[in-house]
Amino acid sequence: MAGAMKMYGKHRFPGRLFVVEGIDGSGKSTQLILLKKWLESEGYVVYFSEWNSSPLVRDVTKRGKKKHMLTPMTFSLIHATDFADRTEHDIIPPLKAGAVVLADRYIFTAFARDVVRGVSPRWVRGLYEFAVKPTVSFYFRTPLDVAMKRILGGRDAIKYYEAGMDLALSDDIEECFELFQGKIIDQYENMVHEFGLVPIDAIRSIEEQQAEVRRIVMQALEGTKKTRIRRWLDLASLAKDSRV
Amino acid sequence: MARFGFFGEGLPGIDLDELKGKLIVLEGTDGVGRSTHIGLLKQWLENNGHAVLDTGMTRSPLAGKRLKQAKEGHTLGAITMSLFYATDFADRLENEIIPALRAGFIVLTDRYIYSLMARAIVRGADPEWLREVYGFALKPDAIFYLRVNIDDLVTRVLQSTGFNYWESGMDLHMGEDLYESFVRYQRWLLGEFDKMVETYGFDIVDASGTIEEVFLRLRHRIQSIVEHNGDAR
Repeated sequence: MAGAMKMYGKHRFPGRLFVVEGIDGSGKSTQLILLKKWLESEGYVVYFSEWNSSPLVRDVTKRGKKKHMLTPMTFSLIHATDFADRTEHDIIPPLKAGAVVLADRYIFTAFARDVVRGVSPRWVRGLYEFAVKPTVSFYFRTPLDVAMKRILGGRDAIKYYEAGMDLALSDDIEECFELFQGKIIDQYENMVHEFGLVPIDAIRSIEEQQAEVRRIVMQALEGTKKTRIRRWLDLASLAKDSRV
Repeated sequence: MARFGFFGEGLPGIDLDELKGKLIVLEGTDGVGRSTHIGLLKQWLENNGHAVLDTGMTRSPLAGKRLKQAKEGHTLGAITMSLFYATDFADRLENEIIPALRAGFIVLTDRYIYSLMARAIVRGADPEWLREVYGFALKPDAIFYLRVNIDDLVTRVLQSTGFNYWESGMDLHMGEDLYESFVRYQRWLLGEFDKMVETYGFDIVDASGTIEEVFLRLRHRIQSIVEHNGDAR
């Protein structure tokens, strides 16, 4: 029989959950990948959670976006569905097993963009109440002009919903994107206190930011399980055993 | 003042004053005859000059098809499934039901948030959370709860389609076979519906009689709801 549903802050798992948040171009994904490499080299069992939900949910999201069928409400709900699938399949099981789970974007992304789209802040927070509370949530704080320069330089064309074109802030997609991201920043700033997000000043060098992230993660890792030996040693001992 | 209201935090960008139609819900468990009565009521209302939209669960252009596939594969977890249904419902509410109400239609809906909530609750979702999530739903003009007892329900299902996997709650592993599971699952669902009667003001319709008897009861009650719009003839 289905167990009782656990709410935000009520889950008790041996693993740890670290999430990165911030607008596009804040460099959060780069920082998360560097963190992952380091944790693995330290011998932790690391699980990287991406937004790869079940194909069924993904199809609906994709179709809805491609055909511009989504309202603020259905946009919010289909992403929550997607996130629920990620929580039930990708986040809770590894946390139960004692792994370190790393998530690129989390519920705060949804809170920021859904509220900018006009959804009630209270409602969307309630919607995600099933989410596991992160051990630490990093917020990569970036001035809008810095992020814009990073984005408009080297990346694919900005997409309709990504730019908030459904809000009709401007007819020009780049201008709309900038206005939309500015509003997203305001939402993140409000959430720093509300959810205890840990701000990382993202205009500093990659190395400086990573050092700070590692310091904070290190403190939060006390008591987390490691694989007994580092991977290369593991392989060596395996080879030795097979000779016997 | 607007006739309609939301249960909780409502939909963004909807002017409730514009909604002129009627929203009538038929609720009840599987096999109780909801769709039969929707069909009969639609015909009767149209004969009297009312424009009618009939709608039901998992029929949204956005998510309906995939939701049906998800049920067949049953690989999605309880919370994911609840939210998938909520997405489907929101799409129909915003793109079908509300436009029809704006145009002055009588909307007959085969199930509403109550079934979605009952099914999610028996699968482990938190009732309070569900109530909040469905806060964006419109309060209907009337909710007719077609109620039967479990024995009548079993007879009825045996006479029609037989027990199926979902209507028997087989995903919950409640019994050794379809029959046993069906009885336990449906009893549990009926219990959840009964709990909602007062909270949401269900109008209970005894659905144990013949189709004609039940239809006459429904018609009588719906008559008074549509009355002040007046019939066309």
